[in-house]
Amino acid sequence: MKVAITSVGNSPDAKLDSRFGRCSYFVIYDTETAATEYIPNINKENIEGCGPASVQFVASKGVRKIVSGEFGAKVKAISDSLQIQLIVLKDPEKTVSEIIQMLNH
Amino acid sequence: MPRPKRIRKMNNPPHFKGFRPIGLPEENNPVVINFEEYEAIRLSDFEFNGHVEAAQIMGVSRPTYTRIYESARRKVAQAFVLGKAIVFEGGKVYFDSEWYSCNNCGCWFNHPAKEEEIKNCTLCGSTNIEQYNETQLQSKTEDICVCPKCGIEKVHSKETPCKDEICSVCNCQMVRKGAPHHQRVKNNNCN
Repeated sequence: MKVAITSVGNSPDAKLDSRFGRCSYFVIYDTETAATEYIPNINKENIEGCGPASVQFVASKGVRKIVSGEFGAKVKAISDSLQIQLIVLKDPEKTVSEIIQMLNH
Repeated sequence: MPRPKRIRKMNNPPHFKGFRPIGLPEENNPVVINFEEYEAIRLSDFEFNGHVEAAQIMGVSRPTYTRIYESARRKVAQAFVLGKAIVFEGGKVYFDSEWYSCNNCGCWFNHPAKEEEIKNCTLCGSTNIEQYNETQLQSKTEDICVCPKCGIEKVHSKETPCKDEICSVCNCQMVRKGAPHHQRVKNNNCN
């Protein structure tokens, strides 16, 4: 199963981005193969609709869970209809590698 | 241009695609029932909700709900009388899910697959989770009127609107605390 984590940088030591739609990078982590992929967020500079566009983008990568600091108002409805689970982690000091460790409980 | 439709909230989609009449050759033009119409029939005729409650559950107004329900009933009647097949398809809906919080890692998560019961935190695997309850939080907070000039606060009474309350110190019109209007008038002096 694939998990998307929003991140401020493109390394395992980068911190969790507290916004979903306008995050810098998406880290796509595959729980089965333990592979990670860093993808820059192309929707970052949009005037509006970054959240829905980002959901569509990560859904096209086959993601089933999204970890981020906060989600906007339009995201929940779309992710519910796509059956994607949202995880809100209010801890901006957590790094990507720590979150991946937590996911491998 | 008409006003866009609100997105209707629904519990779960039906886990099959539709119905076919017995003993008739298959026809090509089935009756298409939207998911919102299916949900209206489920809420009214299966769970016996009134139109007012059902409209609140779906997040639409009561007259809109009645219109959806009526359209659903007409389509069912058309299928029964003319022996047409029924297909569940389309509609402007989203599938709502509940929020949970984990006391171990402090995260919040929702649960879109409602059929499975949730026991562990999806992030850290802890069993120390609880369901978020909106009504609990709402009852705790009470509304407060605040003076935009001197900041004096007063518990809001339901009979008098905040703007009719007068601050006892500076005779200023009060506003609801935390409302967008409060943010706007905060820096302006009142007269």
